[in-house]
Amino acid sequence: MHPAFSVIFLTTLIGAAQGLFLALFTAQSYAAFKLLPQPDAHAFYGQGSLLALVLLLAGLVASFFHLGHPERAWRTATKWRTSWLSREVIVLPAFMGVVFLYGLAHWLNWHPVLLTLPGGLPVDPTAILGVAGTVLAFALFLCTAMIYACLKFLAEWHSPLTVANYILLGGASGFTLAAAFAAHTAPELVGFLAGWAVIITVLGLISRGASLFRNTRLKPKSTLRTAIGVNHPKIVQKTQGFMGGSFNTREFFHGKSVAVLRGVKWSFLIGVFPIPLLLLSAGMQGSAGLLGAAFLVQYLGLLAERWFFFAQANHPQNLYYQSIA
Amino acid sequence: MTQLALVIDLNVCVGCQACVTSCKEWNTSGAAGPMGDQNPYGADPTGTFFNRVQTFEVGEFPNTETVHFPKSCLHCEEPPCVPVCPTGASYKRKEDGIVLVDYDKCIGCKYCSWACPYGARELDEQQQVMKKCTLCVDRIYDMTMPEADRKPSCVKACPTSARLYGDIHDPDSAVSVAIRESGGYALMPEWGTHPANHYLPRRKTRIKIHEDELERADNPLKVDRQLPKPAMNEPTLDDVTTW
Repeated sequence: MHPAFSVIFLTTLIGAAQGLFLALFTAQSYAAFKLLPQPDAHAFYGQGSLLALVLLLAGLVASFFHLGHPERAWRTATKWRTSWLSREVIVLPAFMGVVFLYGLAHWLNWHPVLLTLPGGLPVDPTAILGVAGTVLAFALFLCTAMIYACLKFLAEWHSPLTVANYILLGGASGFTLAAAFAAHTAPELVGFLAGWAVIITVLGLISRGASLFRNTRLKPKSTLRTAIGVNHPKIVQKTQGFMGGSFNTREFFHGKSVAVLRGVKWSFLIGVFPIPLLLLSAGMQGSAGLLGAAFLVQYLGLLAERWFFFAQANHPQNLYYQSIA
Repeated sequence: MTQLALVIDLNVCVGCQACVTSCKEWNTSGAAGPMGDQNPYGADPTGTFFNRVQTFEVGEFPNTETVHFPKSCLHCEEPPCVPVCPTGASYKRKEDGIVLVDYDKCIGCKYCSWACPYGARELDEQQQVMKKCTLCVDRIYDMTMPEADRKPSCVKACPTSARLYGDIHDPDSAVSVAIRESGGYALMPEWGTHPANHYLPRRKTRIKIHEDELERADNPLKVDRQLPKPAMNEPTLDDVTTW
């Protein structure tokens, strides 16, 4: 497939934002159970939510560049019964709304006790919004990943590993960002967040590595024999029917050499996993610079990862477009 | 229930591209707007087509066979492109099974083209909406046309009658008979899309020559040459026959 930068930015930006929100609420939950010191809610949760919201908005803006008719984008919410893309379009604004309210409640220090849990744990609006946001964050990961994973023709994507990768890689970048952000606003949480960022990054390495391994062993289900229905071992296309390009030759081919593909693969394997892991371990004590660098490197690596994710997918329609003349 | 479809006889198709140009001509002139071309006279022309004719070579030289392969939307009975559409612009008509795109609802997200294993959909760069074969839906129901013309324009254009058109759910239609009796098959059956369009396979064309065709049965001399010329003094035909 031809990697579109609009979709690359959309998926990486909202993935980081979802991970950041999950990191904020994880810290809040731990703090509620007195497992972590209580940070400055206004600065950490409030401004952190604002940061997540900015990333989500940037992703949303990027997504519009993928559309031929952005002014009709409102129509996309109609077919949620069958289309994962439609579901994503519904869940994304819902998540943004909850993140906004969650951030606002912390920003205004609005903590009335709504009810008390059996253990004497007070529940305020931020806890309820946090749970709702967590559910929506995972729902959004699921929707985004299933847009690709549900396409059975694209064997490289049609796997539960796609969903795992979107959750873990988004979560890793989000927790890394949260650690870097905490270095400025809540230094007492840096170790906790950086520790989780390390764990999720390692899990992401395992799951992405598994999908890379799986993809090298895929055997295409469709061949020229089934594509044109001639059961002969040797079929060669002599012409695709036109000399110039078409949508089919542009949208479904990345047009890069094997060497470029390999280069991108190794750059994301290094950029997303080992370098951020080293920087996170080094910055565990609260060095904002190292943690910021960890996020930056990991995010750039994820751009390469997403590019490779698209480029690696081999669409069966390409069988029909092998030879110009 | 009706399922209109094309049946394409690969044994007859000569790859002349008449269906391609006829399709483009009809569908670029319709109410749905032109099928835009970019840079049509430049070095790198490109444009939107509903129908392409490709050529494949089967076998190894010298035992090769050329297969001309017309390719358009197959109007699948289980179209994978329809459920993925987020706006409902892509739909399959209940009454005749034609898969269509509502150009006023399409947002040009290209997702349906990813979900089609056949590459039957092309984004119109000018209108920025997804386009595909409509089975000339604006033609086959046009009551102002003579009945013989109410067929897809590719079918009308084919000089060798390689393209049949009809209802594949009607067991007595010409297309159903052709599929049943001439080994009609669907493309990429492994995906369960159940394409409505079918293809008829290449067949070995053999001529059976009977003995009496090589040797004239009415040749009493068993030698195929002119009869001996009668002598000058023998009676002529005029003398022995009454005309």
